[in-house]
Amino acid sequence: MKSLSRDRLWSIAVLLPSVVLLAVFVYGFIARTVYVSLTDWGNDPAQALALDPIIRWVGLANYGELFTGFLQGRFRQELVSTIFFTLFFILGCLGLGLGLALVLDRNPKGEGLWRTIFLFPMSLSFIVTGTIWRWMLQPQGGLNQFPTALGLPAGSFGWLSSTDAIWRFDWNALPLLTASVVGLVLIFLAVRAARAGDRTRAIVAGACAALLLGWALFVGPNVKLLPAPELHGFNLALIGIIVAAVWQMSGYTMALYLAGLRGIPEELREAAKVDGANDFGMYRHVIFPLLAPITLSAMIILGHISLKIFDLVYAMAGPDNTATSVPALNMYLTSFRQNQFALGAAIGTILLILVAFVIVPYLSSSFRSEEGHA
Amino acid sequence: MTTTAPTTSATPTPTSRKFGLGRAGLYALLVIAALFFLLPIYLLIATAFKSPDAINLATTWQWPRALNWASFTDAWAKIGGNMLNSLFLAVVATILAALLGSLNGYALAKWKFRGANTLFALMLFGMFIPYQAVLIPLFQFIKSLGLYGSIWGLILAHVVYGLPITTLIFRNYYAEVPDALVEAATIDGAGFWSIYRQVIFPLSVPGFVVVIIWEFTQVWNEFLFAATLTNTSSQPVTYALSQLAGGQAVSWNLPMAGAILAALPTLLVYILLGRYFVRGLLAGSVKG
Repeated sequence: MKSLSRDRLWSIAVLLPSVVLLAVFVYGFIARTVYVSLTDWGNDPAQALALDPIIRWVGLANYGELFTGFLQGRFRQELVSTIFFTLFFILGCLGLGLGLALVLDRNPKGEGLWRTIFLFPMSLSFIVTGTIWRWMLQPQGGLNQFPTALGLPAGSFGWLSSTDAIWRFDWNALPLLTASVVGLVLIFLAVRAARAGDRTRAIVAGACAALLLGWALFVGPNVKLLPAPELHGFNLALIGIIVAAVWQMSGYTMALYLAGLRGIPEELREAAKVDGANDFGMYRHVIFPLLAPITLSAMIILGHISLKIFDLVYAMAGPDNTATSVPALNMYLTSFRQNQFALGAAIGTILLILVAFVIVPYLSSSFRSEEGHA
Repeated sequence: MTTTAPTTSATPTPTSRKFGLGRAGLYALLVIAALFFLLPIYLLIATAFKSPDAINLATTWQWPRALNWASFTDAWAKIGGNMLNSLFLAVVATILAALLGSLNGYALAKWKFRGANTLFALMLFGMFIPYQAVLIPLFQFIKSLGLYGSIWGLILAHVVYGLPITTLIFRNYYAEVPDALVEAATIDGAGFWSIYRQVIFPLSVPGFVVVIIWEFTQVWNEFLFAATLTNTSSQPVTYALSQLAGGQAVSWNLPMAGAILAALPTLLVYILLGRYFVRGLLAGSVKG
């Protein structure tokens, strides 16, 4: 018994340095970043790099500046860009990854070689990928030269230089849009709860929806974040970067799906066939439902990669291309090129909140279930 | 029943042909997909071997008439030192993170205590945070240690932020080692360290291979810390390449050759040990 407790002490002693390091480097530094984001450090350039800078508490002023300040339109466009980027990047990776996995699951010859080809971009850095694709997407070369192989004139799409945008909306309408979308989702949840016979839930969701939509109808239109309309949308120059990102990361979803497909017992497929399911029915009713958890975990991994991505953008479009920039890149530039640490910290905090929305429910659910088993 | 060549499928049943386009369609899809993945590489190699005056946007896709190796020596002259920085950085950081991760994984998997899983989840969070959210204090901290601009500051950052993934992979790996082995050793009077040395560590080689490959690749490919914590003398290759490629005046053969050089180590690791690379990849999705 004595030795047992000594062993336990050793296991704690072994973990302690890592726990302390991570406590400081992750949680301590996050707390420090949040604190810095509430100060004015760096707003006065003279104080930014001073040995002992004078820092004043300014509350949420930096956040207010980012969302409503005249000078920070770039950041607002980046927020919109990063949402579109994440959406299309995840859709692209899931679609291509699932397609490739389904094809490989049908046991073509040389499967190992195909897999190697689809996965190798994963081993490259985003900087290398970005350098290659920057060349692929030069306005008069690379991809735009493809049509000439068929005797057509060369393409003229400005892959990384286009300043056109689609689906534009006024930033002032953002609270209204958000309230409407959340309200509609709540109505949907209320209806579902009512159908399932969960009355309290239906009433709560319904009441929240009514409140939000009422706000959107009567108060929302009068809320103005900015004095003048400011349009943001999906910048077309992002398409090239999304294609390069999908090129690099779709092999990852392919590997996940392939592992999932290989894990489905053959008896299950046989059983479905005995029950008279054709291939399509088998995929629709047996295989795809079994892949749903993989899809969810792929979405979470890809989502957090996508929200953090900035080296690919840096390498492809350069740091100063505002049409393709993302918050993660802006944070780096604001903090380490302009030395506006407080503003940079605020952007970092917003990024952390975005990523935490994706990661925390995932981590807590996967470990709550495990703790239950233990 | 109706179409095409015999299949290599384990259970070739007639119904398996109704869905999809048959074998020919299958291979057509594979070839198209492979083109999407390989064409950028073709362009990369073709451009790297062209002489600067042969690079012309209209003829990007042509294979060079004569192979020009000078791009590689030029690129090496510009980023070779950074390659060596990266090598030192990646090797040292990987070894340290792997050793610590192995001990952590052992303690978490085989000496479970109350709240071990919660502690582990809290550690894992460090793997997912955007480093932008810790970058400013990290920069200050490294500076206050006097390590700014030195490769050791970068190593420290990579070891710390590499701990969650290495711990995760080893913990999942050791969870597969039967508890009976550890219990038997305890009955024989072995303690924490002798079990690690005599039972766990000798079984760990495949785990170490996975972790080392994964971590080496991550550190080699990383960019944000590289750009923030170092200066010209200690910059890793990702940063040097971004500067090489970002310049407007440089002709494209140079950054392409640089990209090949910078990609070569991790690409070789992947080609030689791809199986373990994929295992690390899947372990990164937490449940593995």
